[in-house]
Amino acid sequence: MKIAVCVKRVPDTEARIKIAADGKAIDEAGVKFVLNPYDEYAVEEALRLKEKAGAGEVAIVTVGGDASQETIRTALAMGADRGVLLKTDAVPLDPLPVARALADELRGGGFDLILFGKQAVDDSSHAVGLIVAELLGLPSVGAVTSLAIADGRGTAEREVEGGVEVVEFALPGVATADKGLNEPRYPALKGIMAAKKKPLETKPVALAGAGLEVIGLAYPPERQAGRIVGEGAEAVPALIEALRTEAKVL
Amino acid sequence: MANVLVVLEQRDGVLKRVSFEALAAGRALADQLGGETHAVALGPADLAVEAAGAHGADRVFLATADGVRLYQPGPYAATVAQQARAGYAAVLLGATALGKDLAPRIAARLGCPLAADVHAVALDGGAIVVARPVYAGKAVYRLRVTAPQVVVSLRPNNFPPVHAARAGTVERIAVVDGVGARTTQVKEPEHAAVDVAEAGIVVAGGRGLKESQHFRLLDDLAAAFGSQAAVGASRAVVDAGWRPHAEQVGQTGKTVSPNLYIAVGVSGAIQHLAGMRTAKVIVAINKDKDAPIFKVADYGIVGDLFDVVPRLTEEVRKVRNA
Repeated sequence: MKIAVCVKRVPDTEARIKIAADGKAIDEAGVKFVLNPYDEYAVEEALRLKEKAGAGEVAIVTVGGDASQETIRTALAMGADRGVLLKTDAVPLDPLPVARALADELRGGGFDLILFGKQAVDDSSHAVGLIVAELLGLPSVGAVTSLAIADGRGTAEREVEGGVEVVEFALPGVATADKGLNEPRYPALKGIMAAKKKPLETKPVALAGAGLEVIGLAYPPERQAGRIVGEGAEAVPALIEALRTEAKVL
Repeated sequence: MANVLVVLEQRDGVLKRVSFEALAAGRALADQLGGETHAVALGPADLAVEAAGAHGADRVFLATADGVRLYQPGPYAATVAQQARAGYAAVLLGATALGKDLAPRIAARLGCPLAADVHAVALDGGAIVVARPVYAGKAVYRLRVTAPQVVVSLRPNNFPPVHAARAGTVERIAVVDGVGARTTQVKEPEHAAVDVAEAGIVVAGGRGLKESQHFRLLDDLAAAFGSQAAVGASRAVVDAGWRPHAEQVGQTGKTVSPNLYIAVGVSGAIQHLAGMRTAKVIVAINKDKDAPIFKVADYGIVGDLFDVVPRLTEEVRKVRNA
């Protein structure tokens, strides 16, 4: 089973975001970066499928700067076999050029399955994996919480409003991972040491043709400071009154 | 290319509210562009789209077939993309589970940019400009579209439906075949509850509830509010296995914008606040008066949730039954 997993380096979800002086991006100084949490589910799923198949390869592919090597190493430490960094100085917000670069790398790679996280927790476009699938002409299913592969076919489940969709597709195919798919393993010391010796190829790419231009990045409007209506259960009638007469939501 | 195409979403042959939200955004943008608002809908033979005209659609392109009663990525993307190629400045749809899946597929087929989960869209200096949250709402990008066409998915609960009576002329189009993955069924939960992302009222619980079975208190409170209320959960309690991920609110869960959000025993971690800060009204109930949740709450009660919540449930019942 030959599987590719596309990943992204993102700020930790607990990180405070500071906007850079140019007002168009975040100030990365002091921000801890991690392997995108949804991508961890994708890496874990790929490793499990390879382990179950008893043979195969898990390749990690990312678009980013030199610092993304560290992100690839994290996935290699979990157990992936090799990494490819499609190197660029700036990753645009428009998902299409990113997806095109990934599709060019993956095309002809002979992968049975290509996995992504359903979205990166930074720009949350929920797009690149599905665009890659369309560009490659492969069947795909987005935001899966379960995935079973048998006899050259995949069966996935995805959560939708008020239910769970069951989706079937033929391999080769693409799936993007949602939380709940599995419990990702932590890299063990042995894995971290082994990751240092695994192949990591760097290929420069040019991401042209972005159709979205950043005007500015700003903090969201602050919520007006509220008030404490009281302490304990005795405060409930005052709260009810406020919700009815002030907020008018009851 | 001054017209706007709105993708309508249906369930069981009935248009969802998010369709009217998208029409409202589409109508406003088309008016600024000096063009028309067209809608496209896929669904079963009995899909009723008459309401689209009253909500601002000049024309409605309707593609019905038994095979697209459920969301099928291939035919949905192929049919919408074919219609969009007729020349539209923008393709708008709600950023629901369906919309989030469909939008990138349309963008890929049109070879155009995608602006996802947008909460504002307007014409500015001759270009379409959108605002969209990033870092789960910790910051907001303003982006200018520099391509001739763009796909925009719209954050639910941000574009109130409008009554703008238009012709809404229905024209039948064919469902375009699209190969790919096939949705075989939708499994409904045993007790049909409103999804936390669509609920008008969300009652969310955190670690302060101490044990999973104490969420019964929140189920009771949500039930007191009626069928439009749902229970939400913080990441901590989902990770602990107390509640399903479908209920998680925050950066690795759902982003919600209900009219009323009641945070119970939720401290207010930055990744949680990111998922609910756009709620219209926030109430916090927490025994720690210094909990960060109080900084974003409109109303707070400092106290033991095990005393406060049952009383609140009782009072809400009284109001609702009055």
